[in-house]
Order: sequence, then structure tokens, then C-alpha cells
Amino acid sequence: MTQNNTTAPTEAQKAFDLAEAEDAKLRQKTGKSFSQGQLVRKRFFKHRAAMISTVVLIVITVFAFTSIGFGPIPGWWDKSYLAAGNVINGGKPTLSVVPEFLGGEGLRWGEHPFGQDSSGKDWFALVMRGTQQSLIIAVIVGLVSTAIGALVGALSGYFRGWVDSLLMRLTDLIIVIPLLVLAAVLGKMSNNLPGGIIPLAIVLGLVSWTSLARLVRGEVLSLREKEFVSAAVAMGAKPGRVIFKHLLPNTIGVIVVNATFAIAGAVLLETSLSFLGFGVQPPESSLGLLISQYQNAFTTRPWLFWWPGMLILAIALSVNFLGDGLRDAFDPRQGGGARKKKGFLGFSGRKKALDEATASTTPAAAATASGGAVATDVKPTATTTAGEGPNDAPASAEGPIARVDKNTDRGHPGTPRGQ
Amino acid sequence: MLKFILKRLGSSFLVLFGASILLFVLVVNSGDPLKDLRESQSENREQLMQARINYMNLDEPWYSRYFIWLRGVAGCLRGACDLGTNRGGQQVNDLLANAASSTLRLVVLATVLAIIIGIAVGIITAIRQYSGLDYAVTLLIFLFFSLPVFWAAVLLKEYMAIGYNNWIADPTLNWTYIIIGALLAGLVVQAAMAGNAKRRLLTFAVVAGFILVIFPTLHALDFWRRPVMGPLVQLAIGLAAAVALTALIAGLKNRKVLYSALVTVAVGMVSYYATYGLLMNNPSWLLLLGLGIIAVLVGILIGRLMGGFSKGTAATASAITAVVMGVFIVMEHMTNYWPALLRAKPRPVATIGSETPGMDAHFWVEFMDKGTQLLLPTVLLTIVSVATYSRYTRSSMLEVSRQDYIRTARAKGLGERQVILKHAFRNSLIPITTIMAFDFAGLIGGAVITERVFGWKGMGELFATGLDQVDPAPVMAFFLVTGTAAVLMNLVADVLYAILDPRIRV
Repeated sequence: MTQNNTTAPTEAQKAFDLAEAEDAKLRQKTGKSFSQGQLVRKRFFKHRAAMISTVVLIVITVFAFTSIGFGPIPGWWDKSYLAAGNVINGGKPTLSVVPEFLGGEGLRWGEHPFGQDSSGKDWFALVMRGTQQSLIIAVIVGLVSTAIGALVGALSGYFRGWVDSLLMRLTDLIIVIPLLVLAAVLGKMSNNLPGGIIPLAIVLGLVSWTSLARLVRGEVLSLREKEFVSAAVAMGAKPGRVIFKHLLPNTIGVIVVNATFAIAGAVLLETSLSFLGFGVQPPESSLGLLISQYQNAFTTRPWLFWWPGMLILAIALSVNFLGDGLRDAFDPRQGGGARKKKGFLGFSGRKKALDEATASTTPAAAATASGGAVATDVKPTATTTAGEGPNDAPASAEGPIARVDKNTDRGHPGTPRGQ
Repeated sequence: MLKFILKRLGSSFLVLFGASILLFVLVVNSGDPLKDLRESQSENREQLMQARINYMNLDEPWYSRYFIWLRGVAGCLRGACDLGTNRGGQQVNDLLANAASSTLRLVVLATVLAIIIGIAVGIITAIRQYSGLDYAVTLLIFLFFSLPVFWAAVLLKEYMAIGYNNWIADPTLNWTYIIIGALLAGLVVQAAMAGNAKRRLLTFAVVAGFILVIFPTLHALDFWRRPVMGPLVQLAIGLAAAVALTALIAGLKNRKVLYSALVTVAVGMVSYYATYGLLMNNPSWLLLLGLGIIAVLVGILIGRLMGGFSKGTAATASAITAVVMGVFIVMEHMTNYWPALLRAKPRPVATIGSETPGMDAHFWVEFMDKGTQLLLPTVLLTIVSVATYSRYTRSSMLEVSRQDYIRTARAKGLGERQVILKHAFRNSLIPITTIMAFDFAGLIGGAVITERVFGWKGMGELFATGLDQVDPAPVMAFFLVTGTAAVLMNLVADVLYAILDPRIRV
């Protein structure tokens, strides 16, 4: 780890190198310079999948909360998810989107757009309530797990020594129990607590912070050796100030990206728990619970099955894409600009890339190329470190692998590999 | 190295010990173990309660219950495990033995399949980065990541099992599906093979044409209900495997590799006849395993003897050819008994249970029965794992492909095949090793949902029931297996890591 501390640049540093190159190119084109935040935002807005996902998420959220209302605030949908009623037409959905000239029944919302369950409850209201629950869980888990993970990681990375050992052993303790098992046991305990779904959400947050803690620790371990930290300490900054003002803001990329993947994982975890019977209990509604209640009704009443499943899929998928877009925005080594270049001295388009590299005479293009080289040259050292390794190897480069990060980390109980 | 391993092992077991206390305390406090009896109206209520208190040691405080459990587990070191009794008084040892065998069958198979498919997909998408294929696969993988497993299971049951079972009862030719399948396969293969427009078009035409011809032919032969293979088909498959493997890992110009693979096919044909009677009359699991190992060894031997300067590559090609032939020989024996299976089990692909109860038939029929029961859960678990493996392989390959030594390899004139397989792929295996270990341990945990959906009496069920009844013994038994698997696999990964990458040796 020592060699890493002195030689290996951090993720943020690498991203910065590339961002600098990109900045140079942008400045040449627009005649303006941009801040780091502006660049990240620009890259994020250019990520099509992430933008579509954002829109989908917003639409789902607005629908879920305005339709049946939330708490004391009533919504525009007049049926309750708790009230049973008469089953009309076998509970078939009345929603229709096929226009009349195509042989459909025209655009129609109807009495029960998503149909009814066996006791005549409105399925639309139930599904919307379940979606609300999932979204609330997503937000709370995101907050709780990010706060704990970032704090634990920063503390153990900054203080090292026995604090590090203690906190990392604690992390291992939680990691070694399968996530689903721990969540199920805690979820079952939280059922007895008042407050509806909030205790369950907090509990899920309490078990899903471990991967972030490891990633942040790895980042902080190398960041704390930088000059700006020494400068802050020399000026008399207390550890709290160094951590919150200097270290954590520099790991914001890792934190934000990891938080989104933790959220996607938590949504799936909650639905799994509710499916197994350890999560949300009836008469409350949850997407996983709805599927579990009617999984055998697939052939007779498929709508009871399709709607909640598709909503889980939509939420998890868009959160994952959002995380992917954020990662590309914070760490442009693989996404964004490189994507258009058709291979980055990689396998495909190798010839083209080589031609470009030799033909390019403009300083901006040269800067881009060298930026790429700087970012890639430092790779080997990164894989040799424990805390950073799994983050750095494929995880930071690839999709919703937060779950996997944790797994990869599992084995290195805090002891840095390089020592 | 030994010190490194011992240190790792020591700290891992301390962590395992701490985690077991944590889990025990949590489970014990998760509810009232006597709740159902308290609400019961039965006359011998007090008696039942007393029995349960005895079985679960409920009259002791939690720490003494934990120590009773720990003492039993510590017995494992002397070879006499005692995992306690569940609330009904059954020995958890026996419960676990039954549960673990079916869960391990499922998880091992899924892991192996996921590794093979995932790494292959990962390499292809890394080579064809930013191609249509890459984007399509990426999209699919994101979909798999976001898929609620229990939901996908119901879809699989509906469309794969029930749909297939209806169809196999009276197979008909559905041209729409065949044409769609042909076009899709053609598109995928041409995207994977790449090349110029002419080559792509040719690949597409050949693949699509093959599918359009083979399905009606097989249908005309009534292959679906009465499959036959025979020596000619075996020979054709063996030759195709030998040529394809040589082309893939060495190039057809390397005659030494090609000839050793072809000799393996000849040996395979001889053993096809030699083992025919043996496999037909008294097959057993042990025999299959032994023959499989012999096949691999023979393949390696042929490769090493004939390979000359490229004996390593030749050994690989021959060994894989031997395995492919072995698999198809087993398949031939299976096809012979397929009609018998259809008679015993008219709806072959099952949605519930790990084996058909009361199936007392020939080895091959039972073999296929277990296989068809395994099919759906394995597909499901594999899909989830493949997403991880392919994604990791892809990024690991891309990461490696930007290293200087790859540029050096190209600069000194190595072919693309050698650069990818020898230099890039081998190095990209380093991080993948770690995931393999963890994915396996994680999958045992993840099997909880799969087992619930498919009604398997496995370890997941053991855990879920135990937790539901606030019964710590089964839950702890489950944790003991997953936790030990995690620690051991982790150790294997660490050691492999150190072997593969000398930079991190201590």
C-alpha cells in the first residue's frame, strides 16, 4: 500500500487528467473554459441512456405519488389500495392503448386500468402504492448507506492504524454473512417496529454500505498523501475538517456512482425480501409482495403479475443506467468521448485510432491522446492494492457492479496487499 | 507464501466467528419461537411447548445457547459435527446433508456454465467494442442485472417449461419461429465474426440457411420425440469441433495442432465403440466421471506427443475436442432413452422439485429426469451470473488491451489471435479469478429465492423456514456452509491471485 500511496494517482486524479484534455478541446471549440462540475454535467447530459432513464424515473415518481396521494394528501385517483370491491368482468384491466382503427378499443383509461385482484381491490392503486414504497426505500437506503459507507471509509482511510483495522474487521463481519440472509433477519425484526416501511428501509441501508466503505477507504488512503491535505494539516485543520472539506469532496464521483448502484440493489433486495415474506407485510403493498401473492395466477390473470414486475424492472433498470451515466460523467476513460472514437487503441478500430494518433497535429487532439495515455499508464499499480483494486479493476469501468464490488472485496480483510 | 495463507486463514476465521455471534443474536431476537403454540388450542399445548423448549434450549440464556451450538460445531474438528436440532427435534446434520446436495448440484452447474458463457461473451464484446453486438449485449446485461429473479422465474416456467411441454406432446413445425430464429442467429453470428460486408453477408446466409434447413429435416425425422445420432453424426461433430477449435486457438495453418486434434477425434471414435456396451448396460456416475477424466488426459497426452513446438496449444485443442466428443457420446446414450423418459414423464421440463418422486427407472432415464428438473433453476441462476462474468471479462479485457505490453506484442508482429488469447486474455483472468470465488459463495446465498420459486428442498428452504420459525439451528447451519464457502473460496482466490500476478506476492 505504501508504494500506492506515493505513486498511484487516484481515480479523481485520473479523471482530472482526462477532463483537462477534454477541457482543452472544448475551449478550442467554444472559446470558453468550464469548471470540473460543468464538464461532468455536460458529459452526463450527453449520455442518452442516462437521460432517458432520468425521464422514466421522474415519470414513475410523479405517477406513484400524485395518483393515490401520499399520507394525508389525497391524489387524483379515487380508489384506495385498501378497499375491496366487486370484481368487474373477472378483474380484467380496462386500460387500452390500441386505437380503434387498428381494431383496438381506443385510448381509454377506464374504471380499473390495471385490473382488480381476487378481492376486487384496484390493482392500479395497489401497484402505485408498491411503487411508492420502492421509491421511498430507494431514497432512504441511498442516504443511509452512503452516509455510513462514506464515513466509515473516510475514517479508516484517514486514521489508518487500529481505527482502520477495527472498522474494516467490522465491515468484513457484515460482508461474510450473505446480504440476503442478513437483510432477511433484520427485515423480520423490523416488522415489529412502528413506522411502516421506514424501519425496513433503514435496515436495508444498514447492511448495504460495505462496498462503498471499501471504495472510499481506498480513495482516501491515496488522497491523504497529497500536498493539499498536508497543507490543510499544516494550517491547523482538525481531522474533521480535512475529512469533510478536503477528502470526501474529492471522492464524490465514487460515492455518487456507488450510491446509485446501491439504490438499484436495494430496490431488488426489498422486493426479494417481500417475496420471501420477510419484508413488507400485508395489508401494506409492495411490488415484491404483490408478485408473491399472485405468482400462481399467471395463466388466469396475467395482469396481476405483469404490472408489478415491469415496474420493478423499470425502476431498477433506469437507476442502473443512471449510475452508468454518472460513472461515465465522473470517469470518462471508457464512456463519452471515447465512445465516439471507435476504439481507443483497443482491439476494434485499432488501425483507425493509430492513423488518427499519427495524423493529428492539432494540440487539442494531441492533448486528448496524451490524456488517455496518462490515464491508462497508471493502471498496473492500482490492481495491486486491496482497497482500491476491485474498484479500480473492472468495477469502476463497468456497469451496475456494486454488488460485485462487495464480493470482490470480501476476501481482503482490510490488510493492504502491498505491505 | 505459507505464512500469508495462514495469516489470511486466521483472520478469516476470526471474522467468521464474530459473524456467527452476530447472526445468532439477531436470529434469536427476531421473534417469539413459541408463538404458534401460544395461539394453539390443542390440549397437549404445554407438553408441546416443553418439548420445543428442550429441543431449542429455550430455558437457557442466549449466550449459553450459542455456546452449546459452538461446542457442537467445534466437534467438526474431531470429525463429529453436531449442528443441533431444529425445533421439531430433527437433527440439523441430516437436514443439511440432504439440502446441501441438491443446492450444490444447482450452484456448481450454474457457476460452471456462467463462467464459460460469461467469459466467452465478455471476450467477444471486448474484441468488438462499440459494435452493434456490444451495445445489444450491454443492454441485455443491464436487463439481467435489473431483473427480479422471482419474476423472471415465473416467466421461464410459463414460456420455457409449459410451452415446451405442450409442444413436445405433439411437435409441429412453426415457420414463424424458425424464420425469426434463423434471422436472429444469422445476425448475431455475423456480428461476432465481423469482417467486411461480403464476409458478413456470407456468414449470415450460411447460418440462417443452416437453421432453415436443419429444423424441417429434424422434424421430418421425428427427432424431437425419437432422436437418433449414430456414428456418422458423432464423427461429423468430432471433426467440426477439432477444426473449429484449431481455427480458434491456433489457426488452421498450424498443422501440428490440427493433426493432433484430428487424431483425438479418431481415438474418440474408437472409444465410442469401445464404451458403447459399457455405457448402455451398467452406467454409473463414477463411470462417467472416470471416463471424463480419462478423455481429458488422453487429449492432453496426444497434444503433447504430437504438438511439437506448439504442444501446449495442441494439448488444449485436443483436450477440449476430447471433452466435446465425450459430451456428445453421453448425449447419444441419452437420446436412446429419451422416448422412455417421455413415456415415464410426458411433460419433461418440470417446474417444481429437484427430482420426480417415485421415479425408479434406468440410469439414463433418471439422469435425464434430474437434468430436466435442473434445467429451469440453472438457466435462471446462470443468467444472473453470466451478466457479472461477461461484464467483468469485457472491462478487464479492455483494460488490459490498453497496456504497453499489448502494443509491444503487436509491434513485434504477433497475430491478433495470439495477442488476444495469450497476452490479453491471460492477464485479464487475474481479476476474474476473484469474482469466480465470490460468485460461487454468493450464489449459494442467492439460491434462496430460486429454491423457493421452484419448490426445491435445498439450503435456501432450510434457511427461510428456520428464520420464519425463529429457529437458530438451521439458519446457523446455512450460514456455516455459506460462510465457510466464502472464506475458503476467498483463500483460493488469494492464492490464485498470487500465482497469476507475482506483483502482489508477499
